[in-house]
Formats: sequence, C-alpha cells, structure tokens
Amino acid sequence: MPGESRGTRVTMCHHGAVSAPSPVEVEPDTEKDLVPDEVTVLATPWVTIVWNDPVNLMSYVTYVFQTHFGYAKKKAEKLMMEVHEDGRSVVSTGSREEMERDVQAMHEYGLWATLQKAD
Amino acid sequence: MGDAPEGGLSGLSGFARHRRSKRIIANFTGFEADLLRSLASQLVELLRNEAAVPREDQDPFEAMMDFSGPTTEPEDPVLARLFPTAYPNDDEAASEFRRFTEGGLRDGKAAAAITIIDTLEEAGLPEQLTEDGLMIDVELDEPTAVTWMRSFTDLRLALATRLEIEDGDEAFWASLPDEDPRSQAHDIYEWVGYLQETIVGALSR
Repeated sequence: MPGESRGTRVTMCHHGAVSAPSPVEVEPDTEKDLVPDEVTVLATPWVTIVWNDPVNLMSYVTYVFQTHFGYAKKKAEKLMMEVHEDGRSVVSTGSREEMERDVQAMHEYGLWATLQKAD
Repeated sequence: MGDAPEGGLSGLSGFARHRRSKRIIANFTGFEADLLRSLASQLVELLRNEAAVPREDQDPFEAMMDFSGPTTEPEDPVLARLFPTAYPNDDEAASEFRRFTEGGLRDGKAAAAITIIDTLEEAGLPEQLTEDGLMIDVELDEPTAVTWMRSFTDLRLALATRLEIEDGDEAFWASLPDEDPRSQAHDIYEWVGYLQETIVGALSR
C-alpha cells in the first residue's frame, strides 16, 4: 500500500499476520508467535510447470532445460521425457518471484509454462 | 512434442559447426533464404500488429494513461500460444504477469526474427530474388545461433497453430495430395523443424 511504513507491517507480524515482506525483516521473537499453519503458508514454495505441446523438439526442450536451469544433461532429459510422456513436469521450485522469472524465460524460448503453489 | 524431421527442402544438410572457426554455418539456396525471410517478416508483422489493447472495462482516463502492457490473452491464436497465460487458475495474477512481461517478450521475439532477416541480407540475399542459382552462406557466432534457434521455435509455433498440428497426426499430413496447399505449408513447417534440429545439434557440440 502506498505510504504504509515498514513499522506498520512489522507490528502486523506481531499480531500473527503472514504478510512479512521477507523473513529477515521479521523480528527474532516473532516466529514462535506463529501457529504451525501460518509457518506452512510462509514456507509454501511455488513451482514452474512446463506442458507438452505437439511442436517443440525433444532435443530443443532438453537444450533449454540445460541452458536456462543449468541442469546436467541427464536431469534435463528426464524432465523432458516427463513433459513428453506425462504431459507436464515440474521443472523448478522456489519463491513466487523466482518462478515468475523462470516462466518468463520459458516463454522467451517458446515453451508453454505456468506457475502455481506447490501441491 | 514434435518429431525430429528428416531432410531439407533441397536435401541439404542444415546447420553444422565449423571445425576450425567454431562458427555455426549453413548454406541456403536463394529460394530457401527468401522463404525464411518471408516467414520471419510475417512474424514481425504479427507481433507488431495486434495492438496491446487496453481492457474495455477500464475507466477511459485510466485506459489512456495505461502504457504498461496488455492484461488479456491475445485474440490471435498464434499470439495466444506465443504468450501463454502464466496463472491458469488466477485471472488477476495472470493479468498482472501479462502486463509486466508481454511487451518485452513481443519485442524480444520481433528482434530475434529481425536478426534472421538482417543476417540473410548481409550474407547477400537481395531485396528481390531474381537470380537463379544464388547461394546464401551464413556463418553465425554462438549468441546469434541461439537467437536463430529461438526464432525458429516461434516460426514453428506460428505455422503449427495456423496448420492446427496435433500430436500423432503424421498419417493425416502424409495422406494429403502434394498439390494441397496445406501439404506445401506442412513441408515448410517440417523444413524449419529440420533446420532447428540441426542448429540444436550444432550448438550442443
């Protein structure tokens, strides 16, 4: 929200809200105030999913997974085969922002990618 | 995924890595180079054509002041495939993602297609192809080869969307008579796939 001070948000954390901007800014004694469910919400990772399409070549998809994610050829091929055979594969896991960057990169390469919270 | 296609329009060998210079090289006939340029030009036109239209439900003033980017899926099926919805179950997040990414993605894809056109023309492809027997030799450094490879994907996605290519439809395409225009378009799609397969191979070496 515009004009909202950092102090306000930290105070909200004391009351158990889960809108801390990042873990480092949460005061040290705050974490034990959170009930387990809320801790889970904070920690839930996001995933990037690549979906199968009838166009992209297996060699190309493998190349993209190796180049963008830095995966070894074996892992890149395994993920590619999952996409090919199961119709989809989780290709990366991380924060929402990281997954948005991965999805954007996959779209640059012409792969059909989406992001969502991990199951 | 697509099958690795075999052979070119003219039976040439696609891309290879030059042993000494390490550059990625290919020889095209004038006809092939002209065809590639035409496909790339059409893609650039499409990427620039369908304007990033503001949402209809927006306040008119807000719409005028909103230069940031489109928020809804493009109507053209090719563009919808090139810029897929990132959040399938969250319209609001999907709109925001599109607003922040689609403009840059469009520019990147257009720039990549223009790289193909520029490289071919620098290699001697004239504005109007008149000469018979013209050969165009291209030599790409690695970053340019990656750009070509990415743009081949966009060209193939565009052709496949127009042709309505599906998994396992090879028998249908093989059954079409040669004079069917869809068969000719499919041959071109296969040829670009072959070029891409060889450029991936050359880059992986």
